[in-house]
Amino acid sequence: MQLAVSTLLSGIAAGGQYALIAIGYTLVYGILRLINFAHGDVFMVAGLVVVYMSASMPLYIALPLMIVFIVALGFVIERVAYKPLRSAPRMSVMISAIGVSFLIQNFATYYTGGLARYYPEIPFLYDSVTIAGATTRWVTIVTPFIVVALVLLLLLLINKTKIGLAMRAAAKDFETCQLMGIKINSVISFTFIIGSGLAAIGSILYFTNYPSIMPVSGTLPGLRAFVAAVFGGIGSIPGAVVGAFIIGICENIVKVNPTYSIFSDAVTFIILIIVLGVKPTGLFGEKITDKV
Amino acid sequence: MSGVILSIKDLKVKYGGIEAVKGISFDVREGEIVTLIGANGAGKSSTLRTIAGLVKPAGGSISFNGEDITGANPTEIVKRGVTLVPEGRRIFADLTVLENLRIGAYLRHDSLKEDIEWVYSLFPRLEERSWQAGGTLSGGEQQMLAVARALMSRPKLIMMDEPSLGLAPIVVRGIFDIIREINKRGTTILLIEQNANMALQAADSAYVLETGRITLSGSGEELLKNEAVQAAYLGT
Ligand SMILES: Nc1ncnc2c1ncn2[C@@H]1O[C@H](COP(=O)(O)OP(=O)(O)OP(=O)(O)O)[C@@H](O)[C@H]1O
Ligand SMILES: [Mg+2]
Repeated sequence: MQLAVSTLLSGIAAGGQYALIAIGYTLVYGILRLINFAHGDVFMVAGLVVVYMSASMPLYIALPLMIVFIVALGFVIERVAYKPLRSAPRMSVMISAIGVSFLIQNFATYYTGGLARYYPEIPFLYDSVTIAGATTRWVTIVTPFIVVALVLLLLLLINKTKIGLAMRAAAKDFETCQLMGIKINSVISFTFIIGSGLAAIGSILYFTNYPSIMPVSGTLPGLRAFVAAVFGGIGSIPGAVVGAFIIGICENIVKVNPTYSIFSDAVTFIILIIVLGVKPTGLFGEKITDKV
Repeated sequence: MSGVILSIKDLKVKYGGIEAVKGISFDVREGEIVTLIGANGAGKSSTLRTIAGLVKPAGGSISFNGEDITGANPTEIVKRGVTLVPEGRRIFADLTVLENLRIGAYLRHDSLKEDIEWVYSLFPRLEERSWQAGGTLSGGEQQMLAVARALMSRPKLIMMDEPSLGLAPIVVRGIFDIIREINKRGTTILLIEQNANMALQAADSAYVLETGRITLSGSGEELLKNEAVQAAYLGT
């Protein structure tokens, strides 16, 4: 019972953290049909920035400042690496994304000297709590609530506001959006801002579980979140969230048996392949159409 | 010249090496219905898309209300009061009918209530389908929605690219009635049509475009009577 509770709790928490990254993948894919390979690395930078900032200022300043910085980073990456390629073949943009991913990792290696850096213990989130006999950290308990709240806010934004309307329209037809007077580049920038902002918040929750952070620390969670987005049906926000929770929970169930725990990612991917075999567009995916 | 709202001078449009529009000039006067007719590939859509700012001209100038708008971006052009109902309707299939109307008014910040009521009175069918996804409408209804959406920005000049394409004759007549109605309310109309007969009947002035050049012009009536036009575009 205790084991079941703790497994489920950590599964849900991990899933929630992946969800905050996965939304960034799915939003950007939805509007640009681009897999933003740099997204996981932006997530890692969010962690590193906290490491460095917390050395010289209190966390209650460092954390909000980090979110602002990461949002700006997401914006700049889009403007510098993707916008100039707007009319280039999609493959070129993908390669640009891979390039940005490497660039960020290289920068991180340069700054950290490639060493693991100690991630600060964030008060409250880091503190222990016991639920039904299972001991865990508060972050595990609060993550699902934060994620659900943020997702509801996001859905509200997308479905009820003008910019949300523009985002939904731009996901289908840039040119007609322009005819409505919509500035496509602003809508795309806005999408990157939301995606990086959510990843920044996710990084606080995620890295609190780990003692330290390395330049490659974004790769695995980034990859899992990407898989979650595909699993849920890339382009769909509810899909990305549900996919992320499923992947988080699966991963933690496999990890229960120490012998097999190293296979947790492989098992997750096998499940993914089976699901995509049955439902090629993912759980919530529509038929993926090429944009006009 | 007074009353000229849109003035095109020696407009050229190129795609790579191909010149689709080879230096055309024409004026649209305020309150008129002007039509551009021509065969497939004549450069009609290219002309409208260039005026709308989707394509940058390779030469020549476009001025609207006396101001030069050559090469301006689409947002600027919509702001000035020029809107395009694109070829093939291009409504947003996933958005509801009402959302399609709202997005047509994207640059406006005032209340849309009156305008929505007005377009619903023009197209009662759209009101019945207000909450339906645009993609579930019939072809004719989608064309109505495309026109209604364009009206939502309160344009001074509305350009329509083959609004009758693929529609049953009765629906086409309905669309043309609406075009006249919109025009009566003071909106200037630049209309592209393959359905030359209907277009020329509605038009105050008309131009024939052939492979990127204007070869004939006159009032709608004159062109209806023109033998060359009759042979080429009216099938009589
Ligand atoms: N994006 C483009 N790239 C290259 N060539 C183009 C492009 N758009 C149009 N053309 C070419 O320009 C010429 C004029 O095309 P345009 O669409 O303006 O014709 P049209 O008069 O609207 O024809 P239709 O009645 O068939 O719609 C055609 O030869 C077309 O192939
Ligand atoms: Mg055309």
